[in-house]
Amino acid sequence: MAERRTLRTDYLARVEGEGAMTVRLRNGQVEHVELRIFEPPRFFEAFLRGRSYLEPPDITARICGICPVAYQTSAMNALESVCAVEVPEPVRLLRRLLYCGEWIESHALHVYMLHAPDFLGYAGAVELARDAPAAVERGLALKRTGNEVMTLVGGREIHPINVRVGGFYRAPARRELRRLVEPLERAREAALETVRWTAGFDFPEREVDCELVALFDPGVYAIEDGRIRSDRGLDIGAAEYDEHFEEEHVERSTALYSRLRERGTYLCGPLARFALNGAQLSPLALEAAHEAGLDAPCRNPFRSIVVRSVELVYACDEALRLIEAYEEPDAPAVPVPPVAGTGYGVSEAPRGLLYHRYRLDAEGTILDAKIVPPTSQNQRAIEEDLRAVVGRYAQLDDEALRGLCEQTIRNYDPCISCATHFLDLEVERR
Amino acid sequence: MSGKPKLAVWKFASCDGCQLSLLDLEDDLLALAGAVELAEFREATSGVVEGPYDLSLVEGSITTPHDAARIQDVRRASRALVTIGACATAGGIQALRNFADVEEFVAAVYASPEYVSTLETSTPIAAHVPVDFELHGCPVNKRQLLEVVTAFLHGRKPGIPSTSVCTECKRRGLVCVTVAHGTPCLGPVTHAGCGALCPAYNRGCYGCFGPMETPNTAALVPLLRRNGLTEGGVARVFRTFNVNAEPFREAASGG
Repeated sequence: MAERRTLRTDYLARVEGEGAMTVRLRNGQVEHVELRIFEPPRFFEAFLRGRSYLEPPDITARICGICPVAYQTSAMNALESVCAVEVPEPVRLLRRLLYCGEWIESHALHVYMLHAPDFLGYAGAVELARDAPAAVERGLALKRTGNEVMTLVGGREIHPINVRVGGFYRAPARRELRRLVEPLERAREAALETVRWTAGFDFPEREVDCELVALFDPGVYAIEDGRIRSDRGLDIGAAEYDEHFEEEHVERSTALYSRLRERGTYLCGPLARFALNGAQLSPLALEAAHEAGLDAPCRNPFRSIVVRSVELVYACDEALRLIEAYEEPDAPAVPVPPVAGTGYGVSEAPRGLLYHRYRLDAEGTILDAKIVPPTSQNQRAIEEDLRAVVGRYAQLDDEALRGLCEQTIRNYDPCISCATHFLDLEVERR
Repeated sequence: MSGKPKLAVWKFASCDGCQLSLLDLEDDLLALAGAVELAEFREATSGVVEGPYDLSLVEGSITTPHDAARIQDVRRASRALVTIGACATAGGIQALRNFADVEEFVAAVYASPEYVSTLETSTPIAAHVPVDFELHGCPVNKRQLLEVVTAFLHGRKPGIPSTSVCTECKRRGLVCVTVAHGTPCLGPVTHAGCGALCPAYNRGCYGCFGPMETPNTAALVPLLRRNGLTEGGVARVFRTFNVNAEPFREAASGG
């Protein structure tokens, strides 16, 4: 007699967006795992056609309220590359500073409000705050500092208004940026405390063995640009992305599934960045990682919360370095006359690699566009991980297993608004 | 159970940015969470309390048959329903499909169009159910969001000005980017609420907050043309996040 049980969560909470999942077990064996995403499609790639090449930073920001700077940056990288324009160094560094603000905001949101409640047994951060107000307030203060960086450099924290192809509308004065120093120094302390806090959580045993993909910059821990590298020898520029990666459309999802041609599943995001580029972190971030017992590579997705915390230390440290080194540019932006051709752009969104491609005519009208968000890239890895977790922990009762499945998904900080929405989790046991 | 008013947050087709504005309240978030019962807010908590709800905040537009049915359920369970952001109040940027062949849009993005279920239009919540208040913006201003929630919880009218961005710009003492620099700016016809952010950054307003009450777009269009926008440029600047709001839709089509 086959053992059958059905577990169901209608709508997975604490992720950005909505999706659905089905896990079927028969006699304790995993029969089928699927992550269904049926966020209503919004067709950005379709309506970008016919728009001006100057519009994608404002338009694609609206794909995601949590990581708009990632969209703006990948778009600008692509459009400036097709027009063969390089922005001056101070502009590039200001972009990196803005991006650090987004990393701090997004990572603090995920670590404290979305992910930590899983480890501590709470429904959410508001509930957690009743028992651990100091921790939640520390997280909110960190998040606020990230938002302050985005608000000063970008004009506002959600959908910044100050960025444009070629640079910024207004470059902040040195003394304006100095106002961020004190809050960032406090945030850095809070981030160090965050590493110590998350390192003390209990982590289920788990190791993923898929290929890890992250951007690489020889000079710094790559954020706003870089070459695409993997731990298995991939080393390409953004323009070669389509030769090595492909997307497929499956019935259960309005997000497209990415794969590495001929090699299949890969993983991007904090674990991949830390594995490939961990040695480039600042001494303080490295020390914090070391004290937390975290050595690169870390292949346990449950410990991604510690890696994110280490990246919080780094983002605060790096923002302070950038402010210290900041020289006001001669002009906030350089002119970018349109050029016919195809441009490719990448950057490291908080949750992983974000790729944009645009083809322009000589007037700068967009002929076609392609956007591959990190959650599409990770979707296959998330499903494979879920399958393994269910198999490994099938002896748990329904409630515990369901909780672990949800936590497994949140390990990847999926942004389903980006990939498209609706997580309802259904575990069937037969 | 607690006797506190029940607050629910719902999401339809959107980017999550407007509900993130609630979490971005940071300093006031825990105070707000203490004053209400968070009955439904999936981005923040897996804790759920059954309706009815005293106040529902709705983000996002209606783009699928499933969501068209779901918003009816939300309305039935809500004493007051407030829409937040350009998607919920105007249909959002995804309403660009309303002016195109949606089947062609599906085919342009998806390899297997038959897997995708979508409506031909993206419409605001008010096109489907009665709405008690609309808060504009792409995204909404979080201070205004807190004001609206506070007002509804106390049974008073929200203090949200319905004038133009120009009035905010003047009040801030900013130099007019159109007069001083000839920069095309939608400030004269755009709903106030952002605090004249773009002019403060030497940029013309690009209409995130949608049309103000009774905007004079007909007078603005020649000014935009004089300042260098082509006919297509004028159409594009009105065809963004609030494209489906009537005054902007008409201005975009030369009406």
